[in-house]
Amino acid sequence: MLGVHGVSVVLGDTPALAGVDLEVGTGETVAVLGPSGCGKTTLLRVVAGLQRPDRGAVELAGRDLTDVPPHRRGIGLMFQDDALFPHRDVGGNVAFGPRIARAPRAAVERRVAELLELVGLPGFARRSVATLSGGERQRVALARALAPGPQVLLLDEPFSSLDAQLRGRLLADLRALFAGLGLTVVYVTHDVAEAFTLGHRVAVMRAGRVVQAATPDELWSRPADDWVARFLGLANVLREGAAARVVRPEAVRVRLDPAGEAEVTAAERRGPAVRLRVRLPGGEELEAASTDVHHARPGDRVDVWIDPAGVVEVPLWDGR
Amino acid sequence: MDGRRPALSGRAARAAVVGLPAAFVALFFVYPLGSIVERGLTQGGGLDWPGDVLADPSTLHVVWFTFWQATASTALTLAAGLPLAWVVGRFSFRGRSLLRAIVVVPFVLPTVVVAMAFLALLPERLDRSVWAILLAHVFFNVAVVVRIVGGYWAGLSHELWDAAATLGASPARRFREVTLPLLAPALRSAAALVFLFCFTSFGVIVILGGPRYSTLETEIYNQAARAFDLRAAAALSLLQLGFVAAILAVSAALGRRLEGARPLVAERDVLRRPRGRERAAAAGIVAGTLLLLGLPLAVLVERSLATPAGLGLGFYRALGAETPALLVPPWHAAVNSLLFAALSTVLALAVGGAVAIAVARRRAAWLDGLAMLPLGASAVMLGFGFVIAFDAPPLDLRSWPWLVPVVQSLVAAPFVVRIAAPALRAIDPRLREAAAVLGASPARSWREIDLPLALRAFGVAAGFAFAVSLGEFGATVFVARSDRPTLPVAIFRFLGRPGAENVGQAMALSVVLMVLAAAAALLGERLAARRGAL
Repeated sequence: MLGVHGVSVVLGDTPALAGVDLEVGTGETVAVLGPSGCGKTTLLRVVAGLQRPDRGAVELAGRDLTDVPPHRRGIGLMFQDDALFPHRDVGGNVAFGPRIARAPRAAVERRVAELLELVGLPGFARRSVATLSGGERQRVALARALAPGPQVLLLDEPFSSLDAQLRGRLLADLRALFAGLGLTVVYVTHDVAEAFTLGHRVAVMRAGRVVQAATPDELWSRPADDWVARFLGLANVLREGAAARVVRPEAVRVRLDPAGEAEVTAAERRGPAVRLRVRLPGGEELEAASTDVHHARPGDRVDVWIDPAGVVEVPLWDGR
Repeated sequence: MDGRRPALSGRAARAAVVGLPAAFVALFFVYPLGSIVERGLTQGGGLDWPGDVLADPSTLHVVWFTFWQATASTALTLAAGLPLAWVVGRFSFRGRSLLRAIVVVPFVLPTVVVAMAFLALLPERLDRSVWAILLAHVFFNVAVVVRIVGGYWAGLSHELWDAAATLGASPARRFREVTLPLLAPALRSAAALVFLFCFTSFGVIVILGGPRYSTLETEIYNQAARAFDLRAAAALSLLQLGFVAAILAVSAALGRRLEGARPLVAERDVLRRPRGRERAAAAGIVAGTLLLLGLPLAVLVERSLATPAGLGLGFYRALGAETPALLVPPWHAAVNSLLFAALSTVLALAVGGAVAIAVARRRAAWLDGLAMLPLGASAVMLGFGFVIAFDAPPLDLRSWPWLVPVVQSLVAAPFVVRIAAPALRAIDPRLREAAAVLGASPARSWREIDLPLALRAFGVAAGFAFAVSLGEFGATVFVARSDRPTLPVAIFRFLGRPGAENVGQAMALSVVLMVLAAAAALLGERLAARRGAL
């Protein structure tokens, strides 16, 4: 559906994108995940047509978009800080796209009502955008981006300014909505949990390149290199010569045993699991996620066993 | 008592900050204005409505022309300034801040200089026509549009524009549906300021309009200084005051309607380098505007050098000699101007600075309005008010030479308030609270926090006040003594006499005045920038 082929962009003197390739299938949600400054936002701007690539091409349904200006692409974009028009009310913001497309007035009004219903804000049309809360603003921004019926919807860290609870609720709503509408979506975020929640596939970006694009399960079990493993939150990356051994935390089995050879150095409850740091007799530390250890404290002695199914060898990132 | 000088108590300091400027404004502004009201509305102790003056056909004609030329000038200025506002508000490029500084130069130039420049530039057929007036007003006020609209534009988030694009709006549609509505508040305040300046414009009209074109402002001068009909001058002053108040009220009402939440982002996020066709367009606009602004000044310099004996400094050399046009050699005017402007700057900084402090701390909103009044009440009215208020006991100050800096400071003070108050208001109150928690008294925290942070604004304000005082003409022409002319007054006297020699000397004096005013304004900005960097 959407294809990004070898796109490079230089902003000022710094390369923001260095040959990005990405394919997004019809009805698929791809989460683009990476640290700040890796070029995620620039990639979205290239796809939307707001930034011209220095090299490479963007293709939509077999059509080359490189010379198509943003207003003729049929690609929707939801901005990081909502970018609602302050001089229009909620309805006026949502109606903007259909109005530009010369939809008849009655159809525009129907569309606005339908979308506000969809994002959970029925009856908000005449409200001023200045009176909305952060979460409501993002819902309006989503309704506005969807209103013209884009072929592809791009979202640029839309919930980064919201608190965690609200973000969780909106993410669940989004996932249901994307599935219901069969939308093709590219969702940019720096948050691993967000990417894993929404993305059918996750494309990990580093320094202007996509280093790995895979399903969340694949990513978690076979990260492309030690950097990706660490970025995903896998702490047990042990260097061994020219490669690294990644031990997933849930594969580190821990049992409280006063005669155990290892020692707990930190313990922290995270939902159903307890995160433990344990020091092995050799002095190296491992992180474990355990659902059957309770009331562990630093200093407790434990037995440690590693499930070989949770261990993977990965190459070392060469720093480029 | 421990022998230390007791610190000024908070209440006394506050009283001084509010009271002294209030007293100054009351004596030198409210009292003269009251004298005008008295002269205009009473005769022989009884009330006397000056209906004959107000209903006179010539008055109606003057009112019509005043509104007409102000409206036309404002429309032309907006049209001329918007393209450059776009360039300055949208793009970053080398020399952007220099360009912003250059654009302001015409605005700080004395009206007399601007008028002289257009007199020099335009062919005989045009140089006393309404076109000369309109062009000079555009030249003068382009800076207002570029700075206000361009600055506001630079603060608008580019994302709204991008959002409209992804929703299918073409560039033209985006301009109409997003940019223009968002710019409305800036366009409104720029238009209101330009309209007000043109409505009360004096030097430009009295020199370029000749006897044929008269506005309320020049008519007040004509009645007071040429026809000696003080009652008519006072009546016209009141009429003008009424119109100015109405204009301000309309503008404020419009402002309230347009004011909305505007999305602000830091400038560097918005500004980008121009690309492709934008480059050519921006370069063309910059070149065109610089030509529009530079040409009159270049021609002025050229004419001041064009002596009957060829290019030379003849007119400048003549400034040292006695002339029938003035009671003193012309170079005295330059000395007088510098001295008066320096004193006026000190006064304006004291009064305007105190008002700015009071306004910024929201102690006295009414003071803000009071300090702004001279701007609206117009310089000619102020000068006229001085003449009738201080010409008889108990306050006979006619021969007091320091009346000139006083009246100039009243004209300059509103600018000081306008520049300093926002800078003071922008200081995070938590900084003062932090200083207080660390043990600083209010006076100390003012000295340690507010003053250093607002120093740049005060520097700019000082340069501006000096430039405004140097070029002040409408009020000074009433108050200056014949043996103590300022530069603008001397230029005007030269122009009132026939002969190429007099015009040439007027041109030479104008160049001197132009250089001094531009240097003062730029120096203020430059000094402030250096001190602020510490």
